[in-house]
Amino acid sequence: MADSREVAFRGGGFAPQAKPWVGVLVFITVICIIEYGTRQGIISNLTLPRPTDVLATFLDLWRSGLLWSHLLPSLSRLFVGAALGATAGICIGVLIGLFSLIRAGLVPLVAAIFPIPKIALLPLFVIWFGIDEASKYALIAFGTFTPTVVATYGAVDNVDRTLIRMGQSFSLSWFSIVTKIVLPGAMPGILSGLRISLAIAIILLVAAEMLGAEYGIGAYILEAGSLYDLERLFVGVTILSLLGVLVSTLIGYTEKRLLSWRG
Amino acid sequence: MDLQLEQIGHRYGDMAVLDNINLDIPAGKIVCIVGPSGCGKSTLLRLIGGLEKPSAGSVVQVGEPPAGSFNPLTYVFQDFALLPWRTVEDNVRLVLEDHPINKTETNAIIHDVLSRTKLIEFRHAFPRQLSGGMKQRVAISRALAVKPAVMLMDEPLSALDSQTRELLLDDLIRLWCREPFTSVYVTHNLNEAVRIGHSIVVLSRRPGRIREVVNIDLPLEQRARGHIELDRQQTHLWNIMRDEAIAADQELLSG
Ligand SMILES: Nc1ncnc2c1ncn2[C@@H]1O[C@H](COP(=O)(O)OP(=O)(O)OP(=O)(O)O)[C@@H](O)[C@H]1O
Ligand SMILES: [Mg+2]
Repeated sequence: MADSREVAFRGGGFAPQAKPWVGVLVFITVICIIEYGTRQGIISNLTLPRPTDVLATFLDLWRSGLLWSHLLPSLSRLFVGAALGATAGICIGVLIGLFSLIRAGLVPLVAAIFPIPKIALLPLFVIWFGIDEASKYALIAFGTFTPTVVATYGAVDNVDRTLIRMGQSFSLSWFSIVTKIVLPGAMPGILSGLRISLAIAIILLVAAEMLGAEYGIGAYILEAGSLYDLERLFVGVTILSLLGVLVSTLIGYTEKRLLSWRG
Repeated sequence: MDLQLEQIGHRYGDMAVLDNINLDIPAGKIVCIVGPSGCGKSTLLRLIGGLEKPSAGSVVQVGEPPAGSFNPLTYVFQDFALLPWRTVEDNVRLVLEDHPINKTETNAIIHDVLSRTKLIEFRHAFPRQLSGGMKQRVAISRALAVKPAVMLMDEPLSALDSQTRELLLDDLIRLWCREPFTSVYVTHNLNEAVRIGHSIVVLSRRPGRIREVVNIDLPLEQRARGHIELDRQQTHLWNIMRDEAIAADQELLSG
């Protein structure tokens, strides 16, 4: 008999698993490398600020109480703007998914609006809504709206048609079919669309605050940037990153709760 | 309630799928429909249940559906069509929610149909946790829950392995013997047809026409596996179908 050996394993992979500590480890490693580099002089202070200095600046900001006066207005702008944009986006997206006439009318319009950099329209929003909060809400809402619409009607289109036929074959009402079959079926797609939309909302938050805001993370970053104060710049950027992580965690939590049936 | 198909014809674009189908579906009987692949069996079933409009002819309902029937014409689908986000009992509940019945009644119906299909222990499970055979039993319970006058079954067993199919076929026969229901049962499997059909309609290749209707008088509960009479009928059906199947196969090959 010829020599025998075990058949090599070549399956596995392509199945995401929860390994939260890996992400933390990557963060810590990157920060340690930068800290080491700046202390050794391999990375000059002009290229990157030292992480411990950034931390010290952050603690100053916190103690002075200014952190909250920057963070709270930003959070409320983000919340109001994103809530308006996402709600409108989901509603219009579902309508596009359900009604051919609305689809025919609105899909080209959405396609035309999508690629416009919303920041370019900021002056327009200022004219329409004034220099106050309203124009900031509008910018964020508008930027969140288009990606949400596209994700939502795509998700509605992808709902298994045999399930809808099943609903019809049991004479379920139109309303029941929409709320009990179409919407739950579209939920995974809507939530993953929200991940992208909300990240865009954070980007637009900063853009909105860079124009005419006294307080806000964006205003803070703009001020630090114009002074080339890298420590403060990085404090601002870090806060934005943390905000992004927070939002993504919240969506992950919602997915876990709403989509527990996926196992 | 009986159903009568009167000169049903159907076409998709300029492809004729069904032609001049006349058929009676008497109450309390199971009518099997067999025929080569693509001859329009599923289409015929969709026409009977009102999910599609026939291009010619009509489906006529004779008499009233039994009192208390929530959904006279009810489907059982080949691929189960269960909502993955609902548990077994909530999948059954779905089809009762739009009807004016109170909670206790709903729960009683759910309990009844799940115990008839031996699924009571699994009522809180999600579809992904069930085997194929169990999923189809959930779909059958769901259909029973609306007290159908006619069950329209499109290859209900063909997504299952042969052992499970055998068991579920026995379950169906037992369900019928306990409480006879009317059914149109589409299948590829001639053995299934002779085991469960009171009459078996053989369709020709596309456009589907009725080639022959075979009646089997043997009561369902006496149709054991390998019964001589059934084997004879099955051979007879196969002889009719073989030529159709060969011709249909050639047609598909030549496009
Ligand atoms: N919605 C549709 N539009 C166009 N053609 C269709 C449609 N549905 C079915 N057909 C065609 O009609 C013919 C009959 O289809 P049908 O599904 O009824 O066959 P069948 O007998 O159920 O086949 P099978 O045994 O494979 O299930 C096929 O050629 C199919 O391609
Ligand atoms: Mg079919």
